[in-house]
Amino acid sequence: MERMIYREIPANRTILQAAVLLGVFILAAAGAVFYMEEHGHIVTGMNNQIVWGLPHVFAIFLIVAASGALNIASIASVFGKTPYKPLSRLSALLAMALLAGGLAVLVLDLGRPDRLIVAMTKYNFSSIFAWNIYLYNGFFAIVGVYLFTQMARGMPAKAVKTAGFVAFVWRLALTTGTGSIFGWLVARSAYESAIMAPLFIVMSFAFGLAVFILVLTFTTRVTDRKLGPKLLRRLGRLLGIFAALVLYFTAVQHLTSNYWARNGGIERFILSDGGIYTTLFWVGQVIIGGLIPMALVFHPTGGSKPASIILASVLVVLGGFAQVYVIVIGGQAFPLDTFPGFTASSSFADGVVHNYSPSLPEFLLGMGGVALALAITGFGMKVLRILPTNLSDANVGQQ
Amino acid sequence: MKLPALKFSKKPSEMNRRDFLRSGAALATVTIAPGVTLMAFGGKEASANADPGKRWGLLIDVNKCSKDCSACVSACSQENGWKLPENPETDAQWIRKVDLTDNATGREVSLVAMCQHCEEPPCVDVCPTGASFKRDDGIVLVDKHICIGCRYCMMACPYKARSFIHENIVDEQKTWAPRGKGTVESCTLCVHRVDAGGTPACVEACTATGNGAMIFGDLKDPESEISKALAKYPSTALRDDLGLNPGVRYQNL
Repeated sequence: MERMIYREIPANRTILQAAVLLGVFILAAAGAVFYMEEHGHIVTGMNNQIVWGLPHVFAIFLIVAASGALNIASIASVFGKTPYKPLSRLSALLAMALLAGGLAVLVLDLGRPDRLIVAMTKYNFSSIFAWNIYLYNGFFAIVGVYLFTQMARGMPAKAVKTAGFVAFVWRLALTTGTGSIFGWLVARSAYESAIMAPLFIVMSFAFGLAVFILVLTFTTRVTDRKLGPKLLRRLGRLLGIFAALVLYFTAVQHLTSNYWARNGGIERFILSDGGIYTTLFWVGQVIIGGLIPMALVFHPTGGSKPASIILASVLVVLGGFAQVYVIVIGGQAFPLDTFPGFTASSSFADGVVHNYSPSLPEFLLGMGGVALALAITGFGMKVLRILPTNLSDANVGQQ
Repeated sequence: MKLPALKFSKKPSEMNRRDFLRSGAALATVTIAPGVTLMAFGGKEASANADPGKRWGLLIDVNKCSKDCSACVSACSQENGWKLPENPETDAQWIRKVDLTDNATGREVSLVAMCQHCEEPPCVDVCPTGASFKRDDGIVLVDKHICIGCRYCMMACPYKARSFIHENIVDEQKTWAPRGKGTVESCTLCVHRVDAGGTPACVEACTATGNGAMIFGDLKDPESEISKALAKYPSTALRDDLGLNPGVRYQNL
């Protein structure tokens, strides 16, 4: 076992090509933002019924994945699992980058993004949104300090552990806040539930780890650095457990909601009659994002193949997007029950399932957030000593 | 706010550097102050006329609300400068007619729905900047100067009372109801009329049709017409189960 050496990644041909590609997506997103700013949200698919659209799906996925990406560092620092320690720097960097990407999308979709300063200076503390502004900014500060303690020479192990512990508690609070954006909405039958917070936490475990595995395998491959198959297998099995947890919490959510007669409508909508939302739920979230990845990583022989683990990660990301889409858009598409016991109709779409067709600018804005997160991660690895040169099983102490 | 006075005693050529900077600062203050004041006081300033001893409310008699009549909707649109919807999915609707059929009995009724001016408004709870606020007299408003257009209030409102302005406003605007792309708006209970001792435009229009389905008044005053009607006949609030205690109540629903 040699000494663990962290080195900046080189700007080789593949890395530069990836950087150009990300730059194109970021520029396209900038164009989309100007277009939406100029014309207003009329050029999006959003309307007075579906008030949060595709940008929110991207933003929430990225913000949720951000706190989950920090898990690898937490497992090393807080729970003392040494094989994960060399991955901790990347874990912290990726967490901050994903949050930055998600917040950029969220802010640029505001009706008045030019008033961001208002959001930063005027707070209504009964709003979980206002609390989240603190939680997000605090996350950058705390994870930044955590990363510093990991990278600074001569830093005592206790300092790293303390920073890691604070970051771990903070990331749990942050995702609780994100889930509570929905959980505390009393009026909407798709949301109003305390389970939204823990559901979002397990979603963050799965999405964050999936993105982490993809970034790690891509970067080690294109920079010719070793990545031990046993270490990767360990990450893959952990992903499988997280995917199972998401399915468990989803099952509890829907079983509970189904038990309440008043929620029969929304449950039938999501689980059987909702068209695209039903398809995205069963095929997207459950099968593609849950069962297939679990089968891939827990397969007795195939589960140790890097290709299986990478594919499982891709599927968890796709299933994750499907899940967030069903939660955000599906939850709004089902009509509000403003007049219980009555069938309602009006010029304002009372009583009918609401339409939503995402537009290209919305998609480009969302993809821009993903590209920004990856670009920050790549840039961070290029200028800082984030990634170890040798992550072989022998070197990380993986048995 | 007391503004520093501009000094005109010296000719510009005689101004020294300090005078020049001082007058510049004063000019900047005069230019920026109105905006700053609105930013700083926001809801409090708009709430200044509100009397905490009152709570304004509406009582809508569903039996008197004719299915074919939308005089209140037209009156609101005209009064507050929002055009009647051409694109119902994205155009603003401060007030709307809703046709209802009782699932159990098949009874058909028609009513108007708008901001219910809740005592515990979810829109106010969730608004991150405090742009959604409730006046001391119970009227729920949006401070258009600090609304960032996040639409969380629209997610939170159980009544679909709020609209987001999706495109540039080209129609003439009313001074009492400023509207701007990228912000959220809803029924103001014609706060400009109420503060001047009047009644909301919708109520006035409803009375003029002869239907008389809407009563406006102070819920805290036991002698007001609305309080007497509420005391005499049964009424209900929409989504009463949520415990929001709306200021708008319905009779014969």
